Order: sequence, then structure tokens, then C-alpha cells
Amino acid sequence: MRRGAWEGLPVRGKFAAIGAGVLVASALAFSAVQAEPVDETLSIDGVEMTTRAKAQEGLPFDEVLSGWLFREAETRQLEADSFENPGMLYVERGEEIWNTVEGPAGQSCASCHGDAAESMAGIAAHYPKWDADSQRPINIELRIDKCRVEHMGLEPYKFDSDDQKALTTYIKHQSLGEPVNLDLAEGDMQSWWERGKERYYLRTGQLNFACASCHEANSGLYIRADHLSQGQANGFPTYRLKQADMVSLHNRLRGCIRDTRAETPAAFSDELMALEVYLTWRGTGLSVETPAVRQ
Amino acid sequence: MKFAKTIFAGAIFALQAAAAPAGEAVPPDQVKFEDFAVAESLTGVPGDPQAGAEVFRDRGLGNCLACHANSAMEEELFHGTVGPSLDGVGSRWEPAQLRAIVADAKKVFGEETVMPGFYSLNVGANVAKDRVGQTILTAQQVEDVVAYLATLKE
Ligand code: HEC
Ligand code: HEC
Ligand code: HEC
Repeated sequence: MRRGAWEGLPVRGKFAAIGAGVLVASALAFSAVQAEPVDETLSIDGVEMTTRAKAQEGLPFDEVLSGWLFREAETRQLEADSFENPGMLYVERGEEIWNTVEGPAGQSCASCHGDAAESMAGIAAHYPKWDADSQRPINIELRIDKCRVEHMGLEPYKFDSDDQKALTTYIKHQSLGEPVNLDLAEGDMQSWWERGKERYYLRTGQLNFACASCHEANSGLYIRADHLSQGQANGFPTYRLKQADMVSLHNRLRGCIRDTRAETPAAFSDELMALEVYLTWRGTGLSVETPAVRQ
Repeated sequence: MKFAKTIFAGAIFALQAAAAPAGEAVPPDQVKFEDFAVAESLTGVPGDPQAGAEVFRDRGLGNCLACHANSAMEEELFHGTVGPSLDGVGSRWEPAQLRAIVADAKKVFGEETVMPGFYSLNVGANVAKDRVGQTILTAQQVEDVVAYLATLKE
């Protein structure tokens, strides 16, 4: 059985091994010294990221904050250096897939879209987007599936397959630094936003937590070893050190929900798509950081 | 009978939880909260502080360290800061109040508290199938935790 944020993952060997682990632990336990997000700027490949942005009207904080500001120095550094960032391997893998011919139509993504650095620049900052065909919002994963099915004669990807994560990471990376900004006026986006908001404040599971219980009421505090961020979506897919793997947004959401001891909704279900719309909106103005590095 | 059970409890924690015979414990929806306290024991069996310490520490049971610091457990890495430190909590609250807080914190601190109700069926939506109708802790585990908290004196 996998353990999530609630029951906790085992402390990583490296951290436990250095004596500093103990010092950090007692500092956290008894004085909460590091409770605030850090006051630092993040620039990646010379591009400055917006990690603090003015909060949208109706949110209970003045500023929305990237999860980067809540991570340890070592983790922050990994994201700042794209040669060190393990997530960049998925970007490279995604580029390979982009250029590979697959399926009966004999086409690659590049056959139609050319150079992703141009054709995909900035687009992911505006997803989820309204999809008139399916009459629901779609995210980048579902947009990729749409092209695979409609234009390439392929099956949709299996959720969280390596190729899905790599291609999604590659496309989102083409928006690195771009501020998140959704168009809620398209189609029924507004009602999905409302549904997502309701879900955000809904308490679930035997432990009776809403997203807001951790990411709004207690953001900045520690739940065991975890420094609670605002739970923003702008860095996804993120490279998670604990799992030593790329983690998709819906995987993360499923984990947070499972930790309340609730039934876990399926990836791309209406529930999770509504939540993605609302959650992404909460991060309006933050830079896309894909692939972000998290603990 | 009572005597034998308590001795077992100290020795084998898992057995003790299972050994509280059904029907003896006050059911979760019949716990009497008065003036932010639950005066009566939920089981009639005195709590065992040592077993309570284990429930407190265990991530699958109380997981109290997720949110609370406790200097008496300094050997455990990483104590949460979501709730107040529990140092000296046995001097601040009477056992009856501690029982109320642990059984259903919402009855003491209000609906908005994030502290889970450990012996309550007033839970969130879509509870995982394998947890439906179950409390986080058994009545006896609550009694044991309360006995442990009472040892945390100033
Ligand atoms: C046969 C041509 C074709 C192929 C092959 C193809 N696409 Fe597309 N793709 C399109 C068309 C046409 C659109 C625009 C559809 C629309 O606007 O409704 C599109 C739109 C997109 C978009 C949304 C762009 C935006 O502005 O929002 C993404 C992302 C995308 N494709 C990714 C891919 C990926 C990844 C692949 C390879 C797996 C791929 N496409 C393969 C034709 C193709
Ligand atoms: C019991 C507390 C808890 C609850 C409830 C919870 N989360 Fe989380 N969540 C965490 C922890 C711990 C992390 C990892 C540290 C962090 O970024 O806060 C996390 C991380 C996240 C992240 C990744 C943030 C990043 O920067 O990469 C997102 C997104 C997120 N949560 C969304 C949600 C949503 C949406 C809900 C409600 C469905 C939710 N969480 C409920 C504890 C919780
Ligand atoms: C998800 C976080 C969380 C968990 C887990 C949790 N608590 Fe709490 N607890 C709180 C918060 C927050 C408060 C403060 C009341 C409030 O502001 O809502 C609190 C208050 C208390 C108090 C009163 C402290 C005082 O000095 O006033 C006691 C006693 C207590 N908790 C015991 C426990 C025990 C025992 C456990 C484990 C069985 C536990 N808590 C698990 C969050 C938590």
C-alpha cells in the first residue's frame, strides 16, 4: 500500500543519514521557525518566474504563492537549474515522442504542428479549455488524446503512462514562465468553475478534510514533515523527489483525496476536471513552472 | 474480568483493541457531551497510558504528531504545527474535557476545526468503502489516549 501525505512516506535515507535531519526536526517541532514561505526569486535559464501574484477576487489571501516557495533550499535549487532538474529528462523524452511517426495515419505530432517551440508556445497557460465537441473542459492530456484519436487513428493514452506524462510535460514546458490565465467565458466554463469551487470546500472522507482545510486554513504550517503550500497547479506535471518520478496533476489530486480516507475519483472524471478548472484559476498570474520539482 | 483485560491491554496492544467486547462500549452517536466534556468513560475500562502513547504515535491510528508537537516524543522526527503543542495538556484540561476533544473535537472547538473526530460518525462525504460506519479509533483507544494525555503535565 502506498502512503501519502497523511500517513507519510518514510523519511528519505539521505536526509535521515545526515545528522542535520535531527536538528531540522526539533526546530520544526518546537519553534516552527521556518513556517513562512521563503522570500526569494526563481529564475530558470535566465527567465524570471512569477512565484507570487495578486490573488483573484474572492480568495482569502492577498497573494497566491507557488509551491516552490514552500520547499527546502535543496529542492528549490534543483528546479532553478535545468541541467540538474530530473524533470528535464521527461521534456527530452516528450520531444522524441513529438517527432515520432505513430499509427495508421503515418503522422507524428510534428507533421501537423511543426516546431513545438513555436506552435505550442504559451498555449498550456490557458488550459483547461472549453471543448465544444465533448461539451466539457479538457486539459493538455485530453487534448493530446483528441489528436491521437481524431488525427492519428490511435487509442487514447492509458492514464499516467510514461508517454502521456512525458508529452504533457514537453507541451507544458513550452509555456515556461507564461502566467496562468483561463478563459472562463468560453462555453460552460463558469459552471465547471463553480462546481470545482464547491468541491474545493467540500469536506470528504473519514478524516473530514476539505482541500481548504490544508491548503487554505493551514498553508504555511507543517503537517508532520510537510510544509503545506497553497496547493497550486502551476508546476504540473511535477518531478517528485519522494517518488523519484514525474507526477501528473490528477495523480496528485487523487493522492490528496485518498489521504482524507475518501473514495478516490477517476482521473479526468467530471469531479477532477471541475477541480482542475477551479484550482488552476486560483493560481491565475503564477508562471507555468513545468517541470517543477517538489519533495 | 475488568482486571484481566487491563493487564492484557498493557502487554498486547492489538489484542486489547479487539478485546473490547461489542455492545459494552458507548456507541459513537450516543456519547454525551455536556459543557464541552464527556464525563463518563466510553468503556468502563480504565485507559492505559502506555497503549495510549502508541495510538498517539501510530500514523495509521491517532497520528497526532501530524498536527501536534509533543516534547515527550522527541525521538520521533518531525512534529506538525497545525495544532498547538500538547506539552502540559494534562494540566490545562480535565480528563473529561480531553475525552470530548479526542472523541469529537468539533463539539468542543466548533465545526470549523480541522482536528478529526476520532470517535464520531459525523464524517465527510464519500468515505472510503472500507471505512464506512467505522470510527477512526475504538472507544478503548480513545480512553487510552486520554489516559496518556493526562500524563503530559506542566
Ligand atoms: C493530422 C494533423 C494533426 C496531428 C497529427 C496532431 N494534431 Fe494536434 N491539432 C490538430 C488540429 C487541426 C488542431 C486544432 C484543433 C482545434 O483548434 O480545434 C490541433 C490542436 C492541438 C493542440 C491544442 C493547441 C491549442 O492551441 O490549444 C495540442 C496541444 C495538440 N494539437 C497536440 C498534439 C500532439 C501532442 C500531437 C501528437 C500526439 C498532435 N497534436 C497531433 C491537428 C493535428
Ligand atoms: C491533509 C492535508 C491535505 C488535504 C486535505 C489536501 N492536501 Fe493537497 N497536499 C497536501 C500536502 C502535505 C502536499 C505536499 C506539500 C504541499 O505542497 O502542500 C499537498 C500538495 C498538493 C498539490 C501540489 C502543490 C505543488 O506545489 O506541487 C496540489 C495541487 C494539491 N495538494 C491539491 C489539493 C486539492 C485540490 C485538495 C482537495 C481535493 C487537497 N490538495 C487536499 C496535503 C493535503
Ligand atoms: C489534522 C490536524 C490534527 C490532528 C491529526 C489532531 N489534532 Fe488535536 N488539534 C488540532 C487543532 C487545529 C487544534 C486546536 C483547536 C482548533 O483551533 O481547532 C487541536 C487541539 C487539540 C487539543 C487541545 C489542546 C490545547 O492545549 O488546547 C488536544 C488535547 C488535542 N488536539 C489532542 C489531539 C490528539 C490526542 C490527537 C490524536 C489522537 C490529535 N489531537 C490529532 C489539530 C489536529
